[in-house]
Amino acid sequence: MANTGWDEFEIGAMLRTFDGGIDDIAGTKQEDRSYTQNSSYTASVADWRLVKPVYNKDYCIDCQFCWVYCPDVSIISRDKKMIGVDMDHCKGCGICVEVCPTNPKSLLMFSEQADEETEIASWPSKDKGEE
Amino acid sequence: MSEIKKIKNLKEFSTSADRFEGANLLCPGCAHSIIVREVLNATNDDLILAASTGCLEVCTAVYPYTSWDASWIHIGFENGSTAVAGAEAMYKALKTKGRLKQPERTPKFVAFGGDGASYDIGFQWISGCMERNHDMMYIVLDNEVYANTGGQRSSSTPIGSSATTTPAGSISYGETKNKKDMMGIMAAHHIPYAAQVSPNKWKDMVKKIQKGFATEGAVFINAVSPCTTEWKFDPKNTMHLADLATDSLVFPLYEVIDGREYNITYRPKNIIPVEEYLAAQGRFKHLFKDEYKYLIKEWQERVDANWAYLQRREEAKV
Ligand SMILES: Cc1ncc(C[n+]2csc(CCOP(=O)(O)OP(=O)(O)O)c2C)c(N)n1
Ligand code: SF4
Ligand code: SF4
Ligand code: SF4
Ligand SMILES: [Mg+2]
Repeated sequence: MANTGWDEFEIGAMLRTFDGGIDDIAGTKQEDRSYTQNSSYTASVADWRLVKPVYNKDYCIDCQFCWVYCPDVSIISRDKKMIGVDMDHCKGCGICVEVCPTNPKSLLMFSEQADEETEIASWPSKDKGEE
Repeated sequence: MSEIKKIKNLKEFSTSADRFEGANLLCPGCAHSIIVREVLNATNDDLILAASTGCLEVCTAVYPYTSWDASWIHIGFENGSTAVAGAEAMYKALKTKGRLKQPERTPKFVAFGGDGASYDIGFQWISGCMERNHDMMYIVLDNEVYANTGGQRSSSTPIGSSATTTPAGSISYGETKNKKDMMGIMAAHHIPYAAQVSPNKWKDMVKKIQKGFATEGAVFINAVSPCTTEWKFDPKNTMHLADLATDSLVFPLYEVIDGREYNITYRPKNIIPVEEYLAAQGRFKHLFKDEYKYLIKEWQERVDANWAYLQRREEAKV
């Protein structure tokens, strides 16, 4: 169904998440799905963020804590490896940073305007203080 | 029955293809979606889902968007449970009549509801579903308040919590009534499986959800869902709050089989004082004033008594 206004609801209309059928959704990764514009996957909440997570793969041990505890399906993990953050769906809550167990952390929050490469270049070193 | 999805460790779990989508309108750091993801990713089977009115429903079905990659229905506040029960009954009837196009598929029927929808407004509907023993799972997203309408108390709101309809102030310490023992009430329906879960203990959660899916008959799950907006804590601390909830034993993790056999599934190595759990949340801030400090002591006594009760039930096996 087309993306119409809020008051143009067709009675009995069905919102379809995908174009055509996907027989095995649980076995189909997001990049292989043909989302319609009725799936919130095609929308963005990037403008909610004041702060954003930056990922530094140098320290990452692929534990997947960030993946399981991200409320917004915004940690992209493929083949048991963390690859990055989905910046269209991340709301900047900071949970991923809190649950990241490495020292220094492999994810840190910066202001939305911060430049990723600059922050990674000046990443804090190991914190020797109390954990 | 279908095969149970193999999830040995978190790396293996992370290969799941989510059927719940971002860019929903839940608050940053909302635990509802963490719980939903853990539940949905626990199986590869088809899902027939319902949600009662509440934050999860309102924020994931904002026309023209849906955040669900599975059959999903919302009717009203009180009847997420019966919506799924109806679908399950129809499915069974079609199966008996040999009219299913793909009878080899084994869909799972799941209804989600908030504590307001479950402990209060949909209470008799859930009771009916449990009593009729539909082959379905009912999951409470228990944030102990009517969050979506701005924080009114429900019968799940615990003593001393400041809610908009039981505000703390000079003549009141907030909610005065005990939290309803929903697990006990649901277990008393003698359903095959009931369990309390928390999103921080993802493995315990997945184990219980898979056990529930493998169970024939009605399953009740109570999931603690720390709410950054109504519990009043920084959104980055959602999992910290869940840790405090399970490790202070305010939300003990256990299961009840056939309404009789109690199994405690998580025993914290270091039990945290309830005071720490309370101190981490703005809704309990006033309890730290001198005149209300006795309530913190009473809180600890209630939690200790409940833990002792659960342990005795587990030992007794009756
Ligand atoms: C019959 C009915 N009464 C009241 C409402 C208004 N209402 C919508 S959501 C909501 C609060 C839901 O609280 P809860 O079930 O605890 O879910 P939460 O939002 O906390 O997740 C209320 C009162 C409604 N939609 N229908
Ligand atoms: S900041 Fe929050 S939404 Fe963004 S990736 Fe981290 S956990 Fe997910
Ligand atoms: S939590 Fe940290 S270490 Fe673990 S996968 Fe995520 S970024 Fe890597
Ligand atoms: S008010 Fe609470 S339950 Fe509702 S979306 Fe926000 S954090 Fe989640
Ligand atoms: Mg609620």
